[in-house]
Amino acid sequence: MKGREAVFANIKKSLRVSGEDRARREAIAARLERHPRGVVPARGQKADRERLELFRQMVEVAKASIAVLDNKEEVPAAVAAYLRSKNLPQSIRHGDDERLALIPWAKERTLEVTKGASDGAQLASVSYSFGAVAESGTLVMVSGADNPTTLNFLPDHHLVVVDEKDIAGDYETVWDKIRECYGAKGMPRVVNWITGPSRSGDIEQTHLLGAHGPRSLHVLVVRST
Amino acid sequence: MSQAVNSPHFNANARKALDDAFLQKALARSEKGFIERRKAAVEKLPEYDAIRDSARDLKDHILAHLDLYLEAYEKNVIAAGGHVHWAADAEEANEIIHGICKRLDAKTVAKGKSMISEETGLNAYLEERGIRPIETDLGEYIIQLRGETPSHLIAPALHVTKEQIEADFRRAHTDLPPERNLDEPTSLLAEARAMLREKFLAADVGITGANFLIAETGSSVIVTNEGNGDLTQTLAKAHIVISSIEKVVPTREDAATFLRLLARTASGLDLSVYTTFSTGARREGDPDGPLEYHVVLLDNGRSNMLGGKFQEMLRCIRCGACMNHCPVFHAVGGHAYGWVYPGPMGAVLTPSLVGVEKGGQLPNASTFCGRCEEVCPVRIPLPKLMRNWREREFERHLQPAAARYGLDFWAAFAKRPALYRAATSVAMKVLRLIGGKGRIRSLPLASGWTKHRDFPAPQGETFQALWKKRRVAR
Repeated sequence: MKGREAVFANIKKSLRVSGEDRARREAIAARLERHPRGVVPARGQKADRERLELFRQMVEVAKASIAVLDNKEEVPAAVAAYLRSKNLPQSIRHGDDERLALIPWAKERTLEVTKGASDGAQLASVSYSFGAVAESGTLVMVSGADNPTTLNFLPDHHLVVVDEKDIAGDYETVWDKIRECYGAKGMPRVVNWITGPSRSGDIEQTHLLGAHGPRSLHVLVVRST
Repeated sequence: MSQAVNSPHFNANARKALDDAFLQKALARSEKGFIERRKAAVEKLPEYDAIRDSARDLKDHILAHLDLYLEAYEKNVIAAGGHVHWAADAEEANEIIHGICKRLDAKTVAKGKSMISEETGLNAYLEERGIRPIETDLGEYIIQLRGETPSHLIAPALHVTKEQIEADFRRAHTDLPPERNLDEPTSLLAEARAMLREKFLAADVGITGANFLIAETGSSVIVTNEGNGDLTQTLAKAHIVISSIEKVVPTREDAATFLRLLARTASGLDLSVYTTFSTGARREGDPDGPLEYHVVLLDNGRSNMLGGKFQEMLRCIRCGACMNHCPVFHAVGGHAYGWVYPGPMGAVLTPSLVGVEKGGQLPNASTFCGRCEEVCPVRIPLPKLMRNWREREFERHLQPAAARYGLDFWAAFAKRPALYRAATSVAMKVLRLIGGKGRIRSLPLASGWTKHRDFPAPQGETFQALWKKRRVAR
């Protein structure tokens, strides 16, 4: 016996089960269907403004930077200011997300805006996050033409816009939102949880930023009115 | 073909490791950092122990239903457009992966970190067939240049110093100006980033491991701090996931439970920088991502561990905390263990997967201090499992004759309390006579101890005599 047949035969032999046992099947079907939550830390369970404050703190703990804006109109100026502060050319790339299309980029006359995935040639990208988690300062990104995955990893600087209302306390809340958008068992091709900029501890266990992904991560939270 | 087992030579390996000045320097540096970072992260999460308990129970539930969760997982991978391949052993896994690479006419393969591929010896297998695997995790890249294997689960180049890395880079990156300055760790990192960026973009196939597989959705999960696993799987024509069968978890919520433990206990972060959930290949309208998505599920002896004395070992989530807190690992490092998995978890897993004949030395390399069990995020009773192996090794007469006769000799006394008391009180008097009030520098028949340290001369009476006196006094 090889492959699948061998693996399953040996698992069942060791567990001394037939695989036809109804109680066992029902136990796993129930768990998959109900997806009960485990122990969820109290840390993220806060009211709106306090949750935003926790998110801000945790983003900084993760060595990313963050700015809180009153509305979307302020995004272009915040992006331009960030690029200037890092001595970068006024140029960004983003995907087809409608929320990004509604941002008045033209207000920054010198800012060059291109669209599409990254081929590694861009220094800065802007993405719109699907959600965020205050507990750990994590951004939740989903793949697709709206926010191509390569924009999360190839440019040196990744700027991410987050709506305040999308900041959840915990991961479980974001999973429920994924279910709402993609169906009960549905997932986008890729979900990226991003917590700070890329780093490595592989040289003498010292944490250094900028391994293979972005050297810096800048989060722009747009307040909900 | 799988990675050769050098574990029977543990004693010789350990001796060599103790004499290796570079290694000793590297080990001394790493020990404190890991312990302190984990402690700080755990203290900040009041629910940590409650999460550990639920993670332990959840793993036990998964293992008891492993066949059914794997069936559900397989069904959902296929529903999402992916392919599932099953491999009973290392050879089969390598053949499957080589088959996919060959069909896609792959010249180079980018690789994210995978201990399972170390287990199967995948890199050597592909190289022999003309396909060039390139490790992209910085630590794995360094040891690939050095022709070594990982010495730690999450810090594969733990045993290498900065100066050694500089020398390796100068030797390997011959296109770069020889006068360049590589004094700072940041310049080493920048050089590796630039070298590997080209490789990511050129690779035909990307191979990653998996930290978890989610049955509910058919997703594979990887965690990295570097982002190398993401570039590996996003830029290539095909993404191949190589994973062992016990990595399956029921739902996304269950994955969250384990993820809250993994980074904290491994590196002291609340969460690794990148936690990536991958489900199938590029979809309609996607501007990027792999065109094919394959999962190769390896058994390689794990199914034999179910339902038996060593099932608890399959709860392991590969965080490395047990070795970070192990006095034996701190002294000899990972390579002395002689196969893929070092430290206490390796001492239990290695004999389970390669047999007690070859791996039986490892469970003896323990002081039984119990720190590994104390810090294990899924509460694996590692000392108990090591003791199980010692018993089995004894039953099967695999120990050296001196150890067996020594134990028999000791047992003859231990089973007869009066004789034991008489013998120990005589022995104590003799030792005191030799050592006086100080320490004994050499003892006949105990040179294994006195060669490296003094033996304290006993003072006063035996423990049993003192105990008896106290009981009478009360």
